[in-house]
Amino acid sequence: MIAIIDYGMGNLRSAQKGIEKAGFDAVITEDPGDLAAATGVVLPGVGAFKDCFEGLRSRGFVEPVREIARSGKPLLGICVGMQLLFDYGVEGEGSEGLGILPGRVERFPDHAATGLKVPHMGWNRIDPVAGRPCPILRHLGPNPHVYFVHSYYPNPARAEDVYATADYGLPFAAVVGRDNIFGVQFHPEKSQAEGIGILRSFGEYVALHAETACARP
Amino acid sequence: MGRGLAMLTKRIIPCLDVAEGRVVKGVQFLGLRDAGDPVEVARRYDEEGADEIVFLDIQASTDNRNTMLDVVRRTADQVFMPLCVGGGIRTIEDIRVLLKAGADKVSINTPAIENPDFVNESSRRFGSQCIVVAIDAKQVEPGRYIVKSHGGRDGGRSTPLEPVAWAREVAERGAGEILLTCMDKDGTKNGYDIELTRRVADAVGIPVIASGGAGTLEHLRAALVEGGADAALAASIFHFQQHTVREAKEYLASRGVAVRC
Repeated sequence: MIAIIDYGMGNLRSAQKGIEKAGFDAVITEDPGDLAAATGVVLPGVGAFKDCFEGLRSRGFVEPVREIARSGKPLLGICVGMQLLFDYGVEGEGSEGLGILPGRVERFPDHAATGLKVPHMGWNRIDPVAGRPCPILRHLGPNPHVYFVHSYYPNPARAEDVYATADYGLPFAAVVGRDNIFGVQFHPEKSQAEGIGILRSFGEYVALHAETACARP
Repeated sequence: MGRGLAMLTKRIIPCLDVAEGRVVKGVQFLGLRDAGDPVEVARRYDEEGADEIVFLDIQASTDNRNTMLDVVRRTADQVFMPLCVGGGIRTIEDIRVLLKAGADKVSINTPAIENPDFVNESSRRFGSQCIVVAIDAKQVEPGRYIVKSHGGRDGGRSTPLEPVAWAREVAERGAGEILLTCMDKDGTKNGYDIELTRRVADAVGIPVIASGGAGTLEHLRAALVEGGADAALAASIFHFQQHTVREAKEYLASRGVAVRC
């Protein structure tokens, strides 16, 4: 069972239905105690970075999520949930993040400087990094477009934490992670077939991991 | 498309008028079990590759609210693309329940005009990304426009606001997007008001959705290219299967417009 963390930031129903559409069960939980029993964890997030981090903290999720990351259990951050995986976000007066992946979350340059509108809102193409196969991008089509809506983007300290980039005036990390940790800047649950394919790959990865974990002595 | 170019595609957005939970101004789709059910129609547009969908509650009343919420909930359960809901939103609480039901964005018009701080407050509460300000513009003499409140369809009410300045103001106040309807063009099928669309699109650093007047695929292209809009909203051109969304995308791609096919 995949657990979707509910920490008061936005509607999680689409994420749950998207995972179900992909063929897996998902529960929405407000209880950090539920994470231990989950086979995989999804950390969503809508709104401001600091509000989201405070939401996680006030509901007691900060340490349990870090523990999931350390434990090897699959973890998927979506949008601000992905940004929270990093050390620090510059949004507003700035805020620390979970520090699971090293790096900062930066703001896109102003419209005046680039002529590009912020937020970056709409369907954009993601380009998987050559030579870095990503378990959750296994079902990606040849010209994959996904739905983005954000004004900030992750800037991982380690280039090898980038699985795929998108281009909005500058190339930025659209899919990040390492080992059991994954993060997507876009909304797979709003990205039609391409997005459901990503959720399916994550579900398959979770199932595989659960089997291997059980098989261990 | 070379490296280093922004790949963000232009969006095509079908819009459904909904009253009492039913699609009005009839949608004529072959093979739909119930073409009056907004959920069924949304699913069809999803299959055709629409980039987003807008439900406009044209008869929003208190009684009607729960019906719309149910429509939103059922749509969000089945359709995995962004959903924007407009019409009858007056309060922060109205926005909260719509987002909770599964809307990704809400479109507000009159409350923003009556109380511009509503734009600041709603975008601070829920994030700019989900606050769309709808601007209904009416030409009063060549080249001069005013903003109308209270829904355009029965004429609306005149305000002292001018659309370009108003667009700038709501963008500064935190709106994430502008849905610009040129009332003189709405329903004419004679094409969007390219000039006003361009003026608004050039004036703000947030996306602009052009609305009102789509009659051909070329109209969509003109709004996106000459008009500089980030998205084109259309109703009857799709509802009566004059064209599918997919045909629209193919046409635009063949004319060099970056769209998601």
